[in-house]
Amino acid sequence: MTKQVQQLDRVIIRFAGDSGDGMQLTGSRFTSETAAFGNDLSTLPDFPAEIRAPAGTLPGVSAFQLHFADHEITTPGDAPNVLVAMNPAALKANLKDLPPGADIIVNTDEFTKRNLAKVGYESNPLEDGSLDRYQVHALPLTSMTVDALEGLDISKKDAERAKNMFALGLLSWLYSRPTEGTIEFLRRRFAKKPAIMEANIKAFQAGWSFGETTEAFSVQYEVKPAPMPAGTYRNITGNLALAYGLIAASRRSGLPLFLGSYPITPASDILHELSKHKNFGVRTFQAEDEIAGIGAALGAAFGGALAVTTTSGPGVALKTETIGLAVALELPLVICDIQRGGPSTGLPTKTEQADLLQAMFGRNGEAPAPIVAARSPGDCFDAALEACRIALKYRTPVFLLSDGYLANGSEPWRIPDPDALPDLRVEFATEPNGPNGEFWPYLRDPQTLARPWAVPGTPGLEHRIGGLEKADRTGTVSYDPDNHDLMVRTRAAKIEGIARDIPPLEVEDPTGDARVLVLGWGSTYGPIGAACRAVRDAGFTVAQAHLRHLNPFPANTGEVLRRYDKVLIPEMNLGQLALLVRAKYLVDAIGYNRVRGLPFKAVELAEAIQEVIKSV
Amino acid sequence: MSEATPRTYPALALVPKTDATQTAKDFKTDQEVRWCPGCGDYAILAAVQGFLPELGLRRENIVFVSGIGCSSRFPYYMNTYGMHSIHGRAPAIATGLACTRPDLSVWVVTGDGDALSIGGNHLIHALRRNVNLKILLFNNRIYGLTKGQYSPTSEQGKITKSTPFGSLDTPFNPISLALGAEATFVARTIDSDRKHLTEVLRQAAAHQGAALVEIYQNCNIFNDGAFDNLKNPATRDDATIRLEHGQPIRFGKDLDKGVARGAGGSLRIVDVAEVGEDALLVHDAHATDPAQAFALSRLSTPTHTPIGVFRSVTRPTYDALMTEQLERAVAAQGEGDLGELLRGGDTWTIK
Repeated sequence: MTKQVQQLDRVIIRFAGDSGDGMQLTGSRFTSETAAFGNDLSTLPDFPAEIRAPAGTLPGVSAFQLHFADHEITTPGDAPNVLVAMNPAALKANLKDLPPGADIIVNTDEFTKRNLAKVGYESNPLEDGSLDRYQVHALPLTSMTVDALEGLDISKKDAERAKNMFALGLLSWLYSRPTEGTIEFLRRRFAKKPAIMEANIKAFQAGWSFGETTEAFSVQYEVKPAPMPAGTYRNITGNLALAYGLIAASRRSGLPLFLGSYPITPASDILHELSKHKNFGVRTFQAEDEIAGIGAALGAAFGGALAVTTTSGPGVALKTETIGLAVALELPLVICDIQRGGPSTGLPTKTEQADLLQAMFGRNGEAPAPIVAARSPGDCFDAALEACRIALKYRTPVFLLSDGYLANGSEPWRIPDPDALPDLRVEFATEPNGPNGEFWPYLRDPQTLARPWAVPGTPGLEHRIGGLEKADRTGTVSYDPDNHDLMVRTRAAKIEGIARDIPPLEVEDPTGDARVLVLGWGSTYGPIGAACRAVRDAGFTVAQAHLRHLNPFPANTGEVLRRYDKVLIPEMNLGQLALLVRAKYLVDAIGYNRVRGLPFKAVELAEAIQEVIKSV
Repeated sequence: MSEATPRTYPALALVPKTDATQTAKDFKTDQEVRWCPGCGDYAILAAVQGFLPELGLRRENIVFVSGIGCSSRFPYYMNTYGMHSIHGRAPAIATGLACTRPDLSVWVVTGDGDALSIGGNHLIHALRRNVNLKILLFNNRIYGLTKGQYSPTSEQGKITKSTPFGSLDTPFNPISLALGAEATFVARTIDSDRKHLTEVLRQAAAHQGAALVEIYQNCNIFNDGAFDNLKNPATRDDATIRLEHGQPIRFGKDLDKGVARGAGGSLRIVDVAEVGEDALLVHDAHATDPAQAFALSRLSTPTHTPIGVFRSVTRPTYDALMTEQLERAVAAQGEGDLGELLRGGDTWTIK
């Protein structure tokens, strides 16, 4: 039977099921198919902190949202057009986000009395009319999968487990996705378990064929590829891009990469990824705790390595003392903080950007550290290179801020030419620099104020460094009051001076007459951009600027801010950038603050921007 | 000690050697040494500076890393590379350095507070990993730099500023702790016995892997005389049990006492005349099983203290294993190609 094909410009799908249902895998496979097809896309995995919460319960729901389009998009989308709900809990947890008319594909096999009761449904929503506003496709996905796999030499449980591939096959048909990649993927993944491989491939194909033959779906959709700049692309998550950025920085600096780390959500994947690439000379050290992770990195930095530690906010809290030591030692060190909901253990798997002030001020004494923030998953690559550049050039610890949304979210990434990446080569000190042939470890470069990096093994440059205040130039221990004042000011001036070495803050203001500026940093880039476009589409003017460098700010920041009548700063915190901006530039910035563990919705943000515009 | 002074230092095989003749003076800095007059640290500093020339290493390839406390000022007085870091973290910092720079001889200087209180975690993990570090633990059983609070090695009931009614904690026995942490080299010596101290340092330097050397060190300001029974000529021979590999364990002014097996795997102190020489335990520092070394460590009491090398066994070092993994990866996959890495996975091209 020939089905009608309808063109769409964009689609938002949310796959939701129990933690053990394989929704993250299903979502990421659909993403890969979509990327291969050439759509622009953005993803948002959203899963519980518990590895296996009790089956069928609301806390156990794991979801993966994917937004894909035939044009450039920057967010994973506000409201799904399609919800795949593998059980009643997944339906209940996600229904509130669906606009009327959305498609819901449910697995009716799981809508048993017991499962309904588990999540507090008094009657079956598939039968009581409560879903009348939606297009419900009630399908027995589990039993259809089991039927399709009849005759295979696998257990019933294994057959049932393949239902996510059946669902993926159905959705792949529905949105005309290429299937070769998924089949190839399943071949590789289950290479050692041929029966399971066959079952998964068969389930996937059965789902596709079901779509093609069933009368439950009369329309097949098509979303054309998006026009994107020429180049070779891949889909990439923030943590993968960040790991690649560090390896690239190692190559471009010629320094061996050393990662001292301790597992913590959502940063662990960077440790996992880097530990695979030993043939790049990458040393990964899983330490006994966060403190030892950064301690070992600092020791490696003393020895001349490109030293990195990866963590999240609770880990930064533990590393704080060592970061202070790195400030005193003036050695290069990159601290990657993949932010998550706080305080304390907070929301380990949810996103937030509330560690800015921790990075800025969370140390004893005057201990300034540069801060670089990534704005999108792919941008984590460039941000990592930039953090390494500053650390190496200025001999300082540098914070690289990402967050849970960037870490796990993905987007198409244009693969850069390795030879076109920044040159990060450094020169170690090789000769004495003092007046009488001594070595002065704190004699600074007049331009950068960086001190020489003299690594052990260099004859004639033997010296001692440490956390006690050092005498200017000679680096011996000094308790002299004037020297301390000088050193405090010099360390501050060194970091402030980086402002001369970073690009100015750029403003996007297409009409050039906007009176309101929306200023952001980090992962809110996508939602802010989408919101600004929506506001402009509605006939308003608005300017957008996004900070990569949060310490120091670009040199023109104050001048940019003062050009506008109002400055709105949306943040997934209670106004941390706003606090810094107000303090530094005396600009009466307005905050838009939501701390829900989820990225902003562009629609909400657009409303907030319009309100500010109307108030001018 | 019965074992001949090692002439080769396998642990230092990768560290560049010097042709120049070195003396203790070469290892002194122009910094004024600022420990309290009479502090045991002076003797240890002199012993280390006096012994290092024997190794014949290039000075620039030696690094001293310390934490916080009186002992941790040590690197400032050594004309090598050095880092005076933060409280308890020296083993972690030194681990990162040793893992990335096999051409360095890395020493950690720490105290009982630094290593066993705040840094206890890092110490045990450095030992179990067997990172090629020489850890000198100056044990004076008191907090000196913070002016006299009890430490994790202070005897129970210790009256100090923070424990005016006596401390309640059971102390750590650093040797037992290190053995429990899978340490491959564990020794104890005394600041005032220059000869013994130097010999233990030699053996530690020769050891491939993590070496823990506990050095009893007198704090004459806050805990003076803590080790007097091991130092006073009138008592020391009866109080000190000298461990020598391959030798029956005998001690006392007239070598009239010894160590023999007791009940339940423990050891006991015996009169040699009573049990006979054959009943004495022969010290085996190289035994794979640490049980006997541990039992020896438990003989430390206010009246008797074993000194010497409790354990010295060979196990691959963490840093060497790490380097090997890298070399194996390069051999198997070839040197990493950045362009290839970035282009990995599913890609598509837009023209």
